[in-house]
Amino acid sequence: MTIRRGLTSTSAYLILVIFGLFFLVPLLWPILASFNPSATLSVTIPAHFSLINYQTIITNGLVAGPFGNSLILAISTMLLVIILAGLAAYPLSRYQFPFKGPLMYVILFASALPILALVTPLYALYASLNLVDTLQGVVLFFVASALPFCIWLMKNFFDSIPHELEEAAWIDGASTFQALIYVLFPLAAPGIAVVGVWSFLVAWTNFFVPLIILQSQNLLPASVHIYTFFGSYGQVNYGQLAAYAMLYALPAVILYTLVSRFFVRGVSGGLKG
Amino acid sequence: MQVETKRVQPLRMATPAPRRSRHKRLRLAILFMAPAFLVIALFMFGPALWALYISFTNMSLTGAGAATPQWVGIQNFVQILHDAEFFNAFRVSLTYLVGSALIGQAVLGLLLAMLMRHRQRAFKAVLGAIIIVAWVIPDVVAGFLWSSFLAGGPQSVLAPGLLNSIVATFGLPQHAWLQDYPMASIIVANTWRGTAFSMLLYASALEGIPPELLEAASIDGAGLWARIRYITLPLIKGSIATDLLLITLATLSDFTLVYVLTGGSNLSTELLTIYQYRQAFQFYQIGYGSAISLLILVVGAILSLLYIRVLRVDL
Repeated sequence: MTIRRGLTSTSAYLILVIFGLFFLVPLLWPILASFNPSATLSVTIPAHFSLINYQTIITNGLVAGPFGNSLILAISTMLLVIILAGLAAYPLSRYQFPFKGPLMYVILFASALPILALVTPLYALYASLNLVDTLQGVVLFFVASALPFCIWLMKNFFDSIPHELEEAAWIDGASTFQALIYVLFPLAAPGIAVVGVWSFLVAWTNFFVPLIILQSQNLLPASVHIYTFFGSYGQVNYGQLAAYAMLYALPAVILYTLVSRFFVRGVSGGLKG
Repeated sequence: MQVETKRVQPLRMATPAPRRSRHKRLRLAILFMAPAFLVIALFMFGPALWALYISFTNMSLTGAGAATPQWVGIQNFVQILHDAEFFNAFRVSLTYLVGSALIGQAVLGLLLAMLMRHRQRAFKAVLGAIIIVAWVIPDVVAGFLWSSFLAGGPQSVLAPGLLNSIVATFGLPQHAWLQDYPMASIIVANTWRGTAFSMLLYASALEGIPPELLEAASIDGAGLWARIRYITLPLIKGSIATDLLLITLATLSDFTLVYVLTGGSNLSTELLTIYQYRQAFQFYQIGYGSAISLLILVVGAILSLLYIRVLRVDL
């Protein structure tokens, strides 16, 4: 029995290592190439590690503009989503009202819709609203597409905070709004952080929406810029492309790692504090 | 959430004027929720309704339909039925969905979650991190990564990518993978990219299975397969349904990975989303493109309703 268990354990490790390699191997190229001044598409250990690729793309202005645009999109989306989702989730968590059940179903339904498939009609709509080629147009669509899931998450976070604390604040003379701002929001800080990170990343990583809505070169975020810049040049500098990709991916990797656990519990309905 | 309802009751009774306060609360609820739902209504349901409108017109970016779009009735939808390239894109999307999401991500995710259950913590942490990185990098970066990984080939002037280097060390023939095996390439790339989500979902579902159950079955002589078949799978079937629906919905609106990887003009990998994009922005047929994106949304809406059914949350 022990021998058998030992054997299955060893084979489990073996299979996992093989899968691990499958997931690891495609990641090697950007890591190694970005530190290699003479990088090609091959994966080679650089003769000498150098930061020259990073230096070049930063000093020749490739990074600042697009990354600035990405930051504007991501931070505006994040702030709007936190405020709107926080306000909307409060009555959904604390009050009983007639149409609450159906409303929650609408939110859940909307959170799963493949809304990004609608970019073409969005473009037509924006053409008549004069929102084509504006950052605010992109932000508003990001906010709308992130809101349902974020309201859902936020409501579940609020549910896990006991009512007694707000009630105490009311007795001390605080208004509903004050209790919300000074009592509930600080207690819900982890939940707000998850919602914030999530909505930030929706905007930071999206490619399709800005590709279609934005046209001016100086408005392009990193996602589209990296594609138009490196995708359309005959002689691509692969080291610089890799460095750009690394810089662009790094915030996403760091932030996602912080919230992935909450995110998975949120979509599987298991997030109940 | 049931508990919350019960907790609210005594409070409501304690309020001196229940009727007036209920009105006040309703007003407050509407006030707090209005901004969020306004944004959702305008910028989410707005484009959906707009899609419904313009898919019945000949709206285009150039030519006759540009200045004054005409109402053409169901002509766009009739055209879809006779459009061979649409059915090609439909077939491509379906193959991609079944291959990369339903088989690739879900099966591999479940396998990984099961295998990783009783491994050393450090090992699990490292392996988990690698798999999650593949999931969290932005789409465009994943596209560039895989085009470098699959680069090269016998006739290529570019340096061989890692896959061709590996193949060459084993003395096997090199390929221009994206040209020779386009569908297989995008399926493997998307499996690589999306497995982490299924793995995390199944891992948290497996945590909920009491170990005594599996032990008892083991003592009763149930083999590994029997335990999986009769205990593990039935217990996590809710999570399996959730996972399959969510990855289907995600794959349905997938565009970027395949677009970046293939340049978007290869018929054998032209997903529905890529096809509608090309119709709308390369052939300028916004009306026709919207009709296709509306069909994608309708399929998504049906699946999304199923998702709510499966979750069975009590609100």
